[in-house]
Amino acid sequence: MSYQTIIEDNIDILVAGAGLGGTGAAFEARYWGQNKKIVIAEKANIMRSGAVAQGLYAINCYMGTRFGENNPEDHVRYARIDLMGMVREDLAFDMARHVDSTVHNFEEWGLPIMRNEKKGSYLREGRWQIMIHGESYKPIVAEAAKKSADKVFNRVCLTHLLMDESKENRVAGAVGFNVRTGNYHVFKSKTVICGAGGASNIFKPRSVGEGAGRVWYAPWSSGSAYGLMIEAGAKMTQMENRIVLARFKDGYGPVGAYFLHLKTYTQNAYGEEYESKWFPELQKMVGKEYLDPEVSHRTHRPIPTCLRNHAIISEVNAGRGPIHMVTMEAFQDPHLEEIGWHNFLGMTVGQAVLWAANDVDPKYENPELTTSEPYVMGSHATGCGAWVSGPEDLSPPEYFWGYNRMTTVEGLFGAGDAAGGTPHAFSSGSFTEGRLAAKAACKYIDDGKAEGIRVSDAQIARRREQIYKPLETYRVYSNEVVAGSVNPNFINPRQGLDRLQKLMDEYCGGFGVNYMTNDKLLNIGLKKIAILGEDLEKVAASDIHELLRAWELKHRFLTSESVFQHTLFRKETRWPGYYYRGDAMKLDDKNWHVLTVSRRDPKTGEYTMEKAPLYHLVGDVEKAPPEDHH
Amino acid sequence: MPTFVYMTRCDGCGECVDICPSDIMHIDKKLRRAYNIEPNMCWECYSCVKACPHQAIDVRGYADFAPLGHSVRVIRDEEKGTIAWRIKFRNGKKDMELLAPITTKPWGSATPKLADVPAPSKEMRDSQLLFNEPKYIRMDDGGLHTLQSNGLEIKKGVQY
Repeated sequence: MSYQTIIEDNIDILVAGAGLGGTGAAFEARYWGQNKKIVIAEKANIMRSGAVAQGLYAINCYMGTRFGENNPEDHVRYARIDLMGMVREDLAFDMARHVDSTVHNFEEWGLPIMRNEKKGSYLREGRWQIMIHGESYKPIVAEAAKKSADKVFNRVCLTHLLMDESKENRVAGAVGFNVRTGNYHVFKSKTVICGAGGASNIFKPRSVGEGAGRVWYAPWSSGSAYGLMIEAGAKMTQMENRIVLARFKDGYGPVGAYFLHLKTYTQNAYGEEYESKWFPELQKMVGKEYLDPEVSHRTHRPIPTCLRNHAIISEVNAGRGPIHMVTMEAFQDPHLEEIGWHNFLGMTVGQAVLWAANDVDPKYENPELTTSEPYVMGSHATGCGAWVSGPEDLSPPEYFWGYNRMTTVEGLFGAGDAAGGTPHAFSSGSFTEGRLAAKAACKYIDDGKAEGIRVSDAQIARRREQIYKPLETYRVYSNEVVAGSVNPNFINPRQGLDRLQKLMDEYCGGFGVNYMTNDKLLNIGLKKIAILGEDLEKVAASDIHELLRAWELKHRFLTSESVFQHTLFRKETRWPGYYYRGDAMKLDDKNWHVLTVSRRDPKTGEYTMEKAPLYHLVGDVEKAPPEDHH
Repeated sequence: MPTFVYMTRCDGCGECVDICPSDIMHIDKKLRRAYNIEPNMCWECYSCVKACPHQAIDVRGYADFAPLGHSVRVIRDEEKGTIAWRIKFRNGKKDMELLAPITTKPWGSATPKLADVPAPSKEMRDSQLLFNEPKYIRMDDGGLHTLQSNGLEIKKGVQY
């Protein structure tokens, strides 16, 4: 193969994937490292890449301390209850105390944030969300990142991290290929900030055929954050904590603004309130500490997202589906009706297309809701990701090893979906995490921690061969058959993805089995996924585009294997409504009030699992939230 | 909703190829025009539709659940700083036009160049502060929140 090898050397900070986390890292790194070499590698174009490519109509993480609204510890308490206690509170507090400065920068850069005309504060959708006209959210922040970076390599898909050969367990850069030219790219770098994405499309989606791309999280979120870091031997946390979303049916249009701002609500097919009747049984499963509707009503403590899903799932199973969003009242107000449509156009255009196609006018009918297939990510109402260090002034010893947001691999940092245990960061929090990681990465270099890194030509050559292997497999075997996609020697990336999704759905608790699994199913699934791993050595790519899909699939595979291991390890049902362990149907605080931490040995592929202690912020007094958000 | 490209409008300029986050807009080698090579990896994000200088790209709802005969069109204008939508229902009963701002500043003018701002002091480096902080946290002279300032402790074990 005639593809060139292009080496970019002497990089100080390599940003691996530039969604909101990566752009935050690249932007901030320039401030702390004005003479440092900062490089971005992104498989798409940073102007429209990552989960925010399409835009957003709200920023879901903003404290508003400036307007007397919330303090960081309020956010921690909210994330804690929503995730059934399982949060890295040092990281959450740290993100929350900086996130407002991120948002204030965004406003200065031209992001239109709506204002509450009466109060002069930002217009609140709910306690945590502020409303924006965010169609160009991504291009605006990408512009800032571009100004900070020395070079931006768009359309370079990173496949592996490079490892230092002079010191064990230290990162040395990354490699990948250009999805246009096919050229092999080598980035030798003192540090890597992983800003790559979480995983859509690892569980079988509800959509079929042409619609398979209509997933809640972007189809290009290929779990590369996890694929890259797991392969390098970084420890991961909370990978069992997949998320299921209750959304408008088929289009997966967002419901946040509908619930919070438009004051719509849900009911079953027969027009009845259904949620409260499932709560007494559910309370027995999870305990009063996590579900107490009376306390929630009195104190504005939210009912955890997963438990509300549980009520929907149970009601539908009882034969009283579908669940409807009652929009017919709110939509009589033309102003609210317009907001309802703008909300879709700003972040999920497909839902508007779908309603236009089906003549669904929410003014005259109440649209259907559904629960999605599961997703694995770390910035929404879930906290999958790498086990990272917290900041020195907040973190207890088990959570601290020198540099904020550094993984257990030296010099490798994580932000956004890549950092574990930090749910509810969303867009603004992910960007903030990128900023925190960038400052720490600069300090790591300035402290001399990245001296003497050595990468041999052999390592570079070995990765090159691995990267192009799917093209070679295709070249060697495709002519053995007359035509078509059936070949006894290989599978193509789509076939591999279908197999992965079916396996995850059936054995790991997808929608097809009502989110149910158990130890037996998980063990069978683990055997099957190991064999899929063998077959992925024989995945074939007919061109460079398919090579991209092949590597996305390999990242999804590594993510999925980790999800299996974590799900098997945590022997309890911590998040009913996200998934159920049929062999342990109760929440078990006695044994499992802990974070799960895993490591895959890069040499053997063997997993080791451990429990890490949970720490909670205490001593504060709950402040009553502002009564009126509008 | 998968995108498609009108034959008579596309001139093969490649703007859509350049912007598509999913790498599915490619140029057909024979026709020298763009098309969607992988509709089932399309998120209907409209990035290509917005980027097309000839309005040659449109969207037809996914065949597996969206009936034919609808339309959602868009024009994004960086100079005006606006985005204009038009939604037409299949039954023709609803035809909506919606307009929203996309920026409050002349496009691309307001992002800072951090290479040119004064370098942070040692004290700043040794603190927990980020660029523009503490000022930008509350837009006043207050400091950064710490456990101490907020009367907090971090404690191991089962706490609710």
